[in-house]
Amino acid sequence: MGELRLMKGNEAIAEAAIRVGCDGYFGYPITPQSEVMEYLMAEKPYETTGMVVLQAESEVAAINMLYGGAGTGKMVMTSSSSPGISLMQEGISYLAGTQLPALIVNIVRGGPGLGTIQPSQADYFQAVKGGGHGDYYTIVYAPASVQEMADFVKLGFDAAFHYRTPVLILSDGAIGQMMEKVYLPDPIPRRTEEEVISQCPWASTGKPPTREHHIMTSLDLDPAGQERLNLLLQEKYRVIEEKEVLYEKIDCDDAEYVFVAFGLSARICQKAVHLAREQGIKVGLFRPITLFPFPKKPLQELGKKVKGMLVVEMNAGQMIEDVILSVGFQIPIKHYGRFGGIIPTPDEVFRMLKEKIIGG
Amino acid sequence: MEEKFAHPELRTPENLVYKRTDFLVDRPLSYCPGCGHGVVHRMLMEVVEDKGIGSITIGISPVGCSVLAYDFLNVDMLGAAHGRAPALATAIKRLWPNRYVFTYQGDGDLAAIGTAETIHACNRGENFTIIFINNGIYGMTGGQMAPTTLPGMRTSTCPYGRDVGIMGHPMKITELIAQLPGTYYVTRQAVHTPAAVRKTKKALRKAIDCQDLGKGIGFVEVVSNCNSGWKMTPVQANQWMEEHMFPKYPLGDIKVDGELVK
Repeated sequence: MGELRLMKGNEAIAEAAIRVGCDGYFGYPITPQSEVMEYLMAEKPYETTGMVVLQAESEVAAINMLYGGAGTGKMVMTSSSSPGISLMQEGISYLAGTQLPALIVNIVRGGPGLGTIQPSQADYFQAVKGGGHGDYYTIVYAPASVQEMADFVKLGFDAAFHYRTPVLILSDGAIGQMMEKVYLPDPIPRRTEEEVISQCPWASTGKPPTREHHIMTSLDLDPAGQERLNLLLQEKYRVIEEKEVLYEKIDCDDAEYVFVAFGLSARICQKAVHLAREQGIKVGLFRPITLFPFPKKPLQELGKKVKGMLVVEMNAGQMIEDVILSVGFQIPIKHYGRFGGIIPTPDEVFRMLKEKIIGG
Repeated sequence: MEEKFAHPELRTPENLVYKRTDFLVDRPLSYCPGCGHGVVHRMLMEVVEDKGIGSITIGISPVGCSVLAYDFLNVDMLGAAHGRAPALATAIKRLWPNRYVFTYQGDGDLAAIGTAETIHACNRGENFTIIFINNGIYGMTGGQMAPTTLPGMRTSTCPYGRDVGIMGHPMKITELIAQLPGTYYVTRQAVHTPAAVRKTKKALRKAIDCQDLGKGIGFVEVVSNCNSGWKMTPVQANQWMEEHMFPKYPLGDIKVDGELVK
């Protein structure tokens, strides 16, 4: 049955975590995402579902708590915002190298450095190009609504366990803070210890006499072994690119021009599409939902049908690189960005579409 | 399989008085001859065997010489990032409260890069066991200065000896964490003599037993040698350890049953 509620994006993530049977949340306060842990601490799921909620001493500790929990097959997550996610990168690299499932939420704020507490999309490169050291990717989901904040928790955990890989939800301070109606599905019970052991036969859960001991590590001092691991990871990423691409097309069927935008920017561009259509200009919106894997093929196809694209991001031009890699140089592809916590308005991006693409 | 022993007929159950525990993997250790790690590995795994908890034990190895401890300890293991073992252990013990969880860490790992994780896990009163090997040097990376390096002691990053005016003082982190209400049993031992080895085994047992009580961290520091890093023979290293390390890091219990005894 589920239920409808009016919630902040950050609260929706927390509530969804309880409802999907998450085993543990480990976090550290940072604006603008502190509501995730505050909500969990207020809800006390450790008394109902048995979910562990712990405030760590740092983001570094929090991500390594995830690493420990994930290495024992548990469903674990954390959330933070840009500077905190930077601190977690070493741990995320370890999770990828050890092939462990975990969910990491980045409620992005403006940077670089301490930056600002206002929303931003400036962590795109960090999120989709690996982020930490070594050759790896994380699957990245970019929600554009409070509903998707809740939905992508389940989606993220499913992908994390299916591929044994860390998964990121890349959102921003506006979606984290804004309140919207959200449908919450019925709770799924947490897995029993026996279910964890049978579903994660690779995990370090305690060695019965009947099997060899398990070792969770990304270390292999033998170059041939380390290359084998890398080839295995790359093969996994190719499968993910083949099977896990998600995107949304709005008013693209007859569009002559399209916005390409993710997350909050896509919400703004959606309104700009209406403004354009009111003036009889055929504009559409292409919204990547997974940023890795990037929807290369559908965007390439769209590139053959439209006259130009405006990539709107709350950064200096990051996703536009992937758009150009997908579409090529046959049509004009321009970028419009605001930074430092400034959110562009629909009028503004529509004006930029006219200036940079339609009139250009 | 080729018989390794000269008189296999003598290897009968009634003659077997001492054997390698099955909780040590049958493979050569990667440690230098004379190093204390192998002895501590063995004592720890004998405790696991004696207590009958092998199938419900999860261990965490560090970064340092014992990074490969998971190759030798025949229980389920995780290899932590440098210094983060207490964070892993915190999550594992909370997510699997019926498992016995230990971290095995060196001085650089536990008392330098991992100081925050060590102190906060101890302060939260987590219910796992920390085994801390203190040899006053970074062994794995080739003998650099550690937080526990003695004043005047030469290492590759203090080749003229540790000048405390420039490089700071050796840290007695064991005394430090003993002050925290979340530690229940804190002790400092060694493995350079048979008597010391027996005491260390008892200390390890007591520290693991803490997990049955749920009253906080059991913490065993083992002052050990690093004959390679110290550039001495194993015998010289043990003598030097007694003469120089023990005065700074005196052996014995520091906190028992939650009460400071020193």
